[in-house]
Amino acid sequence: MSKKTEGNVYTIGFAIVMVMVVGSLLAFLASSLKPNIKENERIEKQQNILYAMGVNENDETSAKFVSTDIAGQEFAKYIKKQVVIEGDKINEDENAYLIDVKKEKDRAKNGETRRLPLFVGEKDGKTFYVAPIRGKGLWDAIWGYVAMDENMVVQGAYFDHKGETPGLGSNIKERFFMDDFIGEHLLTESGEFKGITVAKGNNDPKNEDKTDYEVDALAGATITGDGVSAMIKGDLALYVPYFKSLKK
Amino acid sequence: MGILSKKDAALIKDPLFDNNPITIQVLGICSALAITAELKASIVMSLSVLFVLGVGNVVISLMRNIIPSKIRIIVQLIVVASLVIIVDLVLKAFAYELSKTLSVFVGLIITNCIIMGRFEAFALGNGPWKAFLDGIGNALGYGVILIIVGFFRELLGSGTLLGFKVLGDPIEKTGLYALGYENNGFMLLSPMALIVVGIIIWVQRSKNKALIEEA
Repeated sequence: MSKKTEGNVYTIGFAIVMVMVVGSLLAFLASSLKPNIKENERIEKQQNILYAMGVNENDETSAKFVSTDIAGQEFAKYIKKQVVIEGDKINEDENAYLIDVKKEKDRAKNGETRRLPLFVGEKDGKTFYVAPIRGKGLWDAIWGYVAMDENMVVQGAYFDHKGETPGLGSNIKERFFMDDFIGEHLLTESGEFKGITVAKGNNDPKNEDKTDYEVDALAGATITGDGVSAMIKGDLALYVPYFKSLKK
Repeated sequence: MGILSKKDAALIKDPLFDNNPITIQVLGICSALAITAELKASIVMSLSVLFVLGVGNVVISLMRNIIPSKIRIIVQLIVVASLVIIVDLVLKAFAYELSKTLSVFVGLIITNCIIMGRFEAFALGNGPWKAFLDGIGNALGYGVILIIVGFFRELLGSGTLLGFKVLGDPIEKTGLYALGYENNGFMLLSPMALIVVGIIIWVQRSKNKALIEEA
């Protein structure tokens, strides 16, 4: 290393120039790619919602969304109504799916009323109510969409995560886990909300009992599983009044 | 390897076997433990490291004469971190599905000690072409071990390979499971990766006695 690279002035100068170059390069990239990224996220939300209500291209074992090019069309075709539940008020809003559940949860923490989006879809003459849920896994956020019928019996579920351990917690987005939720009841016979627990030592690994309020947990992913239970219990309970009002 | 001179070929071959970053230099153990519960994750991680280490080594090598030695570690960190962020952003914008599969790996790459190790030990003192070969070689050496460990952990832990049920269905009791075979759930936990890596180290050193250090 030559002498000129050892001096303090050179070192500080180098640091300043490097930070400025790298900083502006990253800032430029981030802002020029932002519209693309936002658009991808919007389409993904539509795909997730459709997935939960059974509009997907699943093969035998893996979970596949409808392709991105037709997601918008399919969304318009299957989703009949989008509502926002805000306290006692129920409003229709065709962009309800863009509501950021994380921000709404923060609002609720600050004592404001949380807006709850719900997507009403129709497929083969059946009506689905799809609700977004969000919670914490082991490392970072986990979220999902649960499709229910008017009795709050789960018809389909999609889960996703930001950074759960690959091969362990990340398996919440695998078919064998998500499909276990189908048919599970969220309400007891008397109509009380009980939710679904991701349970270890479940005596029903084939998941034949649909009213035990349990699905089989994943090996090595206890905390992620608990997070799934918590977000189902915490977020879906908020929709109970709406489902009760449907019956009246 | 006809196109490469003997010295250049060694840059790729050595880290694959006798100077493997994981089993000999014992670097990159953290990610080898964390993400090898299934084969697919191992492969994805290997490819990501291959890209970052190959490109990063070249960048550092090109800058080797102007980097002030007092802050070289910080400069190396900035290079890895910005490379990783650029890759992440571009994937999110143009290959969203792929970026979802990579998700957590992207962050893990920055903390991979092999990358900093190669920057410091090799790229700072060698030309870009050599540095590139060295980066590719080390990333491949890392990948080979990752894939071996991922193979055994997924096979013995879940009875699957890349998600396919190669041993039969554990719930329906078909294939091997009909004979009373059970998956070893213990293989899915990180400590077992260490044991598998240990076995690889043992096999490798018993084959090549020159690798055994003086006690």
